[in-house]
Amino acid sequence: MRKISRRDFLKNLGLGTAGLTLVASPALASESHSKITGEKLPAKIRKVKETYTVCAFCGCGCGIILYTNNDNKIVFCEGDPDHPINEGSVCSKGNAIIDTYNTIEKKGNRVINKLRVTKPLYRAPGSTKWEEKSWEWALSEIAKRIKSTRDATFEEKDDKGVTVNRTTAIATFGSASLDNEENYLLHKMFRSWGLLNIEHHARL
Amino acid sequence: MTNHFIDFINTDVFMMIGSNSAENHPQAMKWIVKAKDKGAKLIVVDPRLTKSAGLADVHVRLRPGTDIAFINGMVNYIIENNLYFKDYVLHYTNASFLVNPEYKFEDGVFSGLTEKDGKKTYDTKTWQYQMDGDPAKDGIREEAIKKDLTLQDPNCVFQILKKHVSRYDLKTVSSITGTPKETLKKVYDLFASTGKPDKAGNVIYAMGITQHTYGSQNCRALAVLQLLLGNIGIAGGGVNAQRGESNVQGSTDFAMLNHYLPGYNPMIYAYKHSKLQDYLDKDVPKTSYWSNRGKFLISMLKAWYGDKATKENDFCFDWIPKHDNKNRSHMGIFSDMAEGKIKGMIAWGQNPAVGGPSSFQGRKAMEKLEWLVAVDLFETETAAFWHRPEADPSKIKTEVFFLPAAMSYEKEGTVTNSGRWLQFRYKAVDPPGEAKSDLWIADRLFKAVKKEYQSGGKFPDPILNMVWNYDKPGEEEPNIDQVAIEINGYNVTTKEVLPGFAQLKDDGSTACGCWIHSGYWAMDKEAGTVAAKRKLLKDKSGLGLFPQFAFAWPANRRIVYNRCSADPAGNPWNPKKALVKWDAVAGKWVTADVPDFKAADPPKDPKDPNAKPTPVPPDKTVPFFMQEEGRGRLFAVKGVNDGPLPEHYEPIESPVKNILSKQQNMPLATRFKGDFSKLAETASEKYPYVGTTHRVIEHYQSGAVTRNCPTLAEISAHMFANISPTLAQKIGVKTGDDVVIETVRGQITCKVSVSGVCVPLIVDGKEVEVIGMPWCFGYQGIAKGASANDLTPSVGDPNTNIPEYKAFLCNIKKAGKH
Repeated sequence: MRKISRRDFLKNLGLGTAGLTLVASPALASESHSKITGEKLPAKIRKVKETYTVCAFCGCGCGIILYTNNDNKIVFCEGDPDHPINEGSVCSKGNAIIDTYNTIEKKGNRVINKLRVTKPLYRAPGSTKWEEKSWEWALSEIAKRIKSTRDATFEEKDDKGVTVNRTTAIATFGSASLDNEENYLLHKMFRSWGLLNIEHHARL
Repeated sequence: MTNHFIDFINTDVFMMIGSNSAENHPQAMKWIVKAKDKGAKLIVVDPRLTKSAGLADVHVRLRPGTDIAFINGMVNYIIENNLYFKDYVLHYTNASFLVNPEYKFEDGVFSGLTEKDGKKTYDTKTWQYQMDGDPAKDGIREEAIKKDLTLQDPNCVFQILKKHVSRYDLKTVSSITGTPKETLKKVYDLFASTGKPDKAGNVIYAMGITQHTYGSQNCRALAVLQLLLGNIGIAGGGVNAQRGESNVQGSTDFAMLNHYLPGYNPMIYAYKHSKLQDYLDKDVPKTSYWSNRGKFLISMLKAWYGDKATKENDFCFDWIPKHDNKNRSHMGIFSDMAEGKIKGMIAWGQNPAVGGPSSFQGRKAMEKLEWLVAVDLFETETAAFWHRPEADPSKIKTEVFFLPAAMSYEKEGTVTNSGRWLQFRYKAVDPPGEAKSDLWIADRLFKAVKKEYQSGGKFPDPILNMVWNYDKPGEEEPNIDQVAIEINGYNVTTKEVLPGFAQLKDDGSTACGCWIHSGYWAMDKEAGTVAAKRKLLKDKSGLGLFPQFAFAWPANRRIVYNRCSADPAGNPWNPKKALVKWDAVAGKWVTADVPDFKAADPPKDPKDPNAKPTPVPPDKTVPFFMQEEGRGRLFAVKGVNDGPLPEHYEPIESPVKNILSKQQNMPLATRFKGDFSKLAETASEKYPYVGTTHRVIEHYQSGAVTRNCPTLAEISAHMFANISPTLAQKIGVKTGDDVVIETVRGQITCKVSVSGVCVPLIVDGKEVEVIGMPWCFGYQGIAKGASANDLTPSVGDPNTNIPEYKAFLCNIKKAGKH
């Protein structure tokens, strides 16, 4: 008789990989697995939480499963075997997707990627350095710049008298790396300011 | 993509051109290899011996920028040898339609070329069909167009095409491309073998096709080829653009582009749309499914402005800015920036300091900014432009803000892959430190600006009244469900989520942020979740359609134009791979995929619960119902501004003269002034080699993310250039040596790789060397290196304004000892 695999077991529960992240406190898969099969899960996925994601890099749209430990560090990733496009495989970029969040130091401990920027920064005119700022300060100061540039350059009518309600002095770039819902909000926000110069990767 | 990745398994012959799936779309390559295991053949057309070319049955090396000569040569070969799919061409394309007898093509130029203030444009009057009635008033009605079903009339599209491509014989094509005649004949025969009812040919392309001053015409040439062979709308066929970013399809759909509104509705232009009615009159076609565009636009205005948008005030049409019809593309903006016209810039998840053309000049232009906001994971070259190696920070007055954002799995939302699938991804961890999701940042920035306008300012109405109801009690994150419902569309009165865009109205009773995605957030009862989140692996068709896995726009259709997979009577051309079929006995359509045509009329009485839709018989269906004339365009009466047929021109910077006509370059190519105007002359002695750019598997786009990932930075650590052994010998270098590569715009220093990846081509008797360079490096991150785009020219395609990254002139020498 064919052994029941852990994945089949989860499927039979009607959860699938994505389902696991939706229940309030995901049970550790290893306990249920050993009850059913009498076997232990491979060490790499014991005591971890699974999350289903779609790769952030090329346009193939591969399903990837991330495994997170109790310390909220991502310890492993693999292609989702139940994804019909990548069928469990993943390329070198997809496989390195963990690195953007945490990396492994020489001693073997996982730390947040040290190059990630984790606080809002500001660089004053002519200054040679960044300064850390609060979100409140940064958002409010940026909003003031947007308002002052918009108000100083706003055209309500063009030279033919047509209502145009626009400014051409602000430009935005991005992004094919953002989610759909994010791009939608950005688009409507930028148009509400009267922007024409809205561009991104698809132009290049 | 017209089709999708899994569908590659249904292909008999692939032609990958200007694309390198093995490195840039590895899972696409997996499906190609699977098809090859079943007997499919792979042709790779590329100047370089890429990893994909290494897996090909035939590798066609051609000179960068000569794709049209290669494809038109194939079209000529197919017509000359009667290898086209006659029934398909006759019924599903405009081959039989008669064109204005005044249409002309002479010495590389189409009729209608005019020049005003140094800018060339085409008046397209002579490119139109001969037809009854007034197309301006009644639209391009198929039944009103004059035709010759024998395809013999000299003014019919088929004869015009035949005459046009007749100049592209094997010898001429070989002289232009540098590809031996024998190789050309071999691949022309191989790909033309798919022009049969039971064969499927698949064209796979990417940036090698689009990044030219005639990139749109490159795409057009591929479409003409696939229509002639009957490869559009069938399983295993199509023209399949391989999209390079995880959501570049989605960001394009959402119109992060100056000339569109979400869902491919054109932007509003001051010169022609002073009122909503102007837009409805001029930009809503009278025929085709686009005749519903008014419903899409008005539903979007309702989504944005809610109760404020009424019929009386044109649904707040004037609150959307009106375009001034100037060049506001990437290159246009940077050109304006260099002139000091752009005061503020927001780079949100994009790194133009590395990714833009002539990037050295681009970074210099940024010094003119008063303020810059960068939203990203890492300090990109764009964010760091003020302390870049060549800059003195004390002299740069720009204020710079950096907002730390979240990685894809530190938040949730949907992305759209190359096959148009919208897929939901979940959150695995919180963003590190104070980094926030882009949804959160957008929400808070909108609110911060709105707060500034509470106390007055220039025309605050669109800001103060924009629908922005995404707060969720007790939650920091905006309510993504609410955003998704707004995108999907809802009934304004009942707030009911709409099942699809067929429900949209132009009376203000429906709201929908992006019509093409309507249905992605509709509940699938069987899956127990919304369409974009579902993961059911059911595939009754056996063709890999997986209709209940994620959601494919539009309308969950997996293969577009699928009416063309069956003959005019509705019988599948290939019964083994049927997508739609007319069941004559039952009098209805049997469909494996969502039909891309009107398969049934809705019930006459919508209130009668027992009323059923009435099937539309095959002879009343339209093969290409997004096109105004309902047919695939071998000859483009509209849609492109630079010619109804593809014609070979040389890249703006070329080592040779155009041997086909006196017209050296694309007459309408976009050019710029000042810093961005530097171009090498044809056959320049100072810059004798052809440069081209590409990607590597380890780095994503400009490398802004991957060069900060230790694993990837270690595997691919150095900027390099690929040159041939002959060129290496000539300049005295070996692999690993440092070289200086120079163009008229600037120079870079990098390592050199000497191999067979690039070899010289014999072009019209002259030896032409090609130098390939990855463009993913910059001065930030772990893996640093020179940016190839410091070398690339700022010239572009007249339709899309995409820069000509893929073919330019350069010189190379061994780096000095210092």
